[in-house]
Amino acid sequence: MTDLRALRADFPILEREVNGHQLVYLDSAATTQKPQSVLDAMDDYYRFHNANVHRGAHTLAVEATEMYEGARAKVAGFIGAETDQLVFTRGTTTALNYIAYGWGLNHLKAGDKILVTVMEHHANLVPWQLISRYTGAELVYLELNDDLTVDVSSLDQILTDDIAIIAFSGMSNVTGALGPIDVLTDAARSVGAISVLDGAQLVPHTPVDVTELGVDFLAFSAHKMLGPTGIGALWGRAERLEEMEPTEGGGEMINTVDRHSSTWAPVPHKFEAGTPPIAEAVGFGAAVDYLDAVGMDVIAAHEGELTAIALERLSEIPDLTIYGPKDITKRGGAVSFELGDVHPHDIATILDQDGIAVRAGHHCAKPLMKYLNIPATARASFYLYNVPEEVDALVESLHKARKLFGLT
Amino acid sequence: MTGLDELYREVILDHYRNPRKQGTLSGEHVHAEGSNPSCGDEFFLDVAVTDGVVTDAAMRGQGCSISQASGSMMMDIIVGRTVEDVRDLTHKFKLMMSIEEGDNPVDPERPGSVLGDLEALQGVRKFPVRIKCADLPWATLTDALDQTTA
Repeated sequence: MTDLRALRADFPILEREVNGHQLVYLDSAATTQKPQSVLDAMDDYYRFHNANVHRGAHTLAVEATEMYEGARAKVAGFIGAETDQLVFTRGTTTALNYIAYGWGLNHLKAGDKILVTVMEHHANLVPWQLISRYTGAELVYLELNDDLTVDVSSLDQILTDDIAIIAFSGMSNVTGALGPIDVLTDAARSVGAISVLDGAQLVPHTPVDVTELGVDFLAFSAHKMLGPTGIGALWGRAERLEEMEPTEGGGEMINTVDRHSSTWAPVPHKFEAGTPPIAEAVGFGAAVDYLDAVGMDVIAAHEGELTAIALERLSEIPDLTIYGPKDITKRGGAVSFELGDVHPHDIATILDQDGIAVRAGHHCAKPLMKYLNIPATARASFYLYNVPEEVDALVESLHKARKLFGLT
Repeated sequence: MTGLDELYREVILDHYRNPRKQGTLSGEHVHAEGSNPSCGDEFFLDVAVTDGVVTDAAMRGQGCSISQASGSMMMDIIVGRTVEDVRDLTHKFKLMMSIEEGDNPVDPERPGSVLGDLEALQGVRKFPVRIKCADLPWATLTDALDQTTA
């Protein structure tokens, strides 16, 4: 076991009690906890450097700008990207909407197709549905294999020249299944489509280098990788970002403004209208510093071991069904399950009484729920600060749920 | 009793496992649908009202034990009562669940005397995020009854 136990001391919230028990936080796929260094970085910014960024001549403005742009360089470096190809957004959802509107509106035409998968989060579905309404493009789906990985066996039939965009998740937030990134990236290139990778669950948990990925766009969120809420990133290939129109207009994003027309600032600033989330950017930078110091390969190995333990222990519980790949090489650390006829919300309430935080519901993936023919699942998800004893606590509490509901 | 034992009373699990009046109505009736989009619970309700009296009702849907049991108990208690009576019961239920402000009408000396089996749902009050589960069938019922007076 890759022992990252000592890191727990860096996360103040892990010391708190919930309902008389020490917190067992198994909901990192929803949002992660924050290390002291991230909290300190944001606090330091507000205490000593707070000012609006760009065009300021005074000392604080210069410092704030350096901190904001410094954070951009850190986050870009974290995914192996050039700094000026990294756009700060409100999060993954905003980044995907920027691509849908900014690239989709001026490139899609009636009859074009947008290829997605059944396992997508609503954030990588609804923007494409909206843009289809405006452009007459059509959404088409890749179905799933028995182990709930994406079925690419029919790709040859689906793949035609009218496919303009292939948008897919790198890792399902429900089943943990890894997306077929290489296959779909190659497929996109073979028909002249662009590829959009929803990295919300991928980037926090595994080393990602955009120079090796081959995708055109990548979206991810700070708060799922130890950073604050309210900020995320959109990375795009230089030529793609140039092709994209800004979705929001306002201050900061312009070159010149006349009464009836304007010209845009260079990328990435043309996509960052208004005062950006400066403290959040600083926190995002501190978060990737933290992850870099631990090492993404170490984090991935730790989570892999923990997930393997969880899959084994959970599968020993009678009446429990796991939804997702059993093969650890095909998945990440989000583990969805059902327990007999105990509804997932009841499971979550029972676990919460033991201080265990899991998520219950459709996980913003209703087409996937419908595909599985279930209304909801309970989901435990792991990160670098979780330890095997927390899997024990989960298992013990699930036995309690079985007893309470009279399952024998 | 611990909070959990109070929440998952036997009568609640019984209604969850064996919900009453499942299905749809065929004769003249009003239909209402309720859902909690955040958790995906759904409740479909048919209510037949003749001369101001609820003569029959049927429910369908899916959701957690609290929402489904609350619905099932509601079916048991509303049939045969006047619409006015049912609205009064709804008000009392919402008072009991702290959904509406006011004194809890339930008499602790005589359990079940005011709201019958529904009084078993009082334990839900200690779990504020679950109150909306218990309320879903009742909110749907109000929608249905409003159609009969419209």
